Amino acid sequence: MLAVKVMQEQGIEVEGVNFFTGFCVEGHTHAIRKKDKDRGKRNNALWVAERLGIKLHIVDISEEYKDVVLNPRHGYGANLNPCLDCKIFMVNKASLMLNKAREMAGDGGFDFIITGEVVGQRPKSQRRETMPLIASESGAEDRLLRPLSALNMPETLPEREGWVDRSQLHGFHGRNRKPQMALAKRYGLDDYAQPAGGCCFLTDEAYSKKLADLWQARNERRYELDDIMLLKVGRHLRPRPHFKLIISREQGENNFLEGYRYQFTSLTPVSHRGPLALVDGTITEDEQRLAASILARYSQGRAAEAVTVEVRAPDGVSREVQVAPMPADDIPEDWHVGGV
Amino acid sequence: MTVETLDARRLLCPMPVIRTQNRVREMAPGEELEVICTDPGALADIPAWCRVHGHEVVQAGPGDGNEVVVRLRVGNG
Repeated sequence: MLAVKVMQEQGIEVEGVNFFTGFCVEGHTHAIRKKDKDRGKRNNALWVAERLGIKLHIVDISEEYKDVVLNPRHGYGANLNPCLDCKIFMVNKASLMLNKAREMAGDGGFDFIITGEVVGQRPKSQRRETMPLIASESGAEDRLLRPLSALNMPETLPEREGWVDRSQLHGFHGRNRKPQMALAKRYGLDDYAQPAGGCCFLTDEAYSKKLADLWQARNERRYELDDIMLLKVGRHLRPRPHFKLIISREQGENNFLEGYRYQFTSLTPVSHRGPLALVDGTITEDEQRLAASILARYSQGRAAEAVTVEVRAPDGVSREVQVAPMPADDIPEDWHVGGV
Repeated sequence: MTVETLDARRLLCPMPVIRTQNRVREMAPGEELEVICTDPGALADIPAWCRVHGHEVVQAGPGDGNEVVVRLRVGNG
């Protein structure tokens, strides 16, 4: 937001690009979980674009992004977050868009890319030595300007050409965000996204553990969009190496998981109210009973002697099993993928 | 007048907006697009996207069952 404001103050026209990787925290989670209802269902990027009065292009890169997650050349951060590769990839995509726009519109196209990066603000992707790397490896080179931290870096093309007045740019650095907050105040911006990360599930420890568990169970590092959506939802319990249960925690998640019943075997308590569970993996009849007893523990029949559970195959064929709910203490902690 | 329909049911934010954006790119000013969604967030996001890009929201509200429907008219932007 601030980087755009700094450009607009110099009379420069800006358009925004927002990349959808599949790992975005907002949006899906808000749509799924009832508890997040109070947070509103706005898409932050659109909301920001509207406040800034700029056009916003939302680009689905979820398919191409798999290679960034699976094979990061610069490695992962604290969890499965490939922040530096991610930044290089996104600036590269923006750079390709810029080149295409320049080809199509000539002088009427766009001239350079800006980001809100600040030297030293993030431990992986915004270090003094990685900022030039992003510019070179993305192909953006000196058409990449960071208005908030430009005074800490060599002049870029837009500054040399006089398109941008360098003296009006900033030299913010480090993790302290007070200067940015003061600038936001000067611009009259009092509502903005949470300043320190948190917009990508890959930075989340529990989520990363669930993704690593998925790869381990499949004996290969790959994923589909549905896989990573489902990792955002429900309790994940793996009682056996070859199958896990995804158990909804509330109505919103129940509705979301309902949509997957034609892809997965599913379990629902019928004698008592309770959550829906999907089975990721193939299970025997004995294992169906084990899965049903785990599910029964999360139903309103948890204290009953027996709970009847419907087990439905993806093709709609179903059977009922009667089980004793598994006592909470009998569920080992390590069955909870990503933590209890 | 052309009115097209886009089925964005079962898609979660921001996919309904992305599908809308991609469809509108192929349409001419004045044409209308009706987007059917199941993610209630689309009721905020698609109109916001329209405002940002200069398209007119003709109607936005509940549809059948748990569906929501946004009807927009393509602008000149």
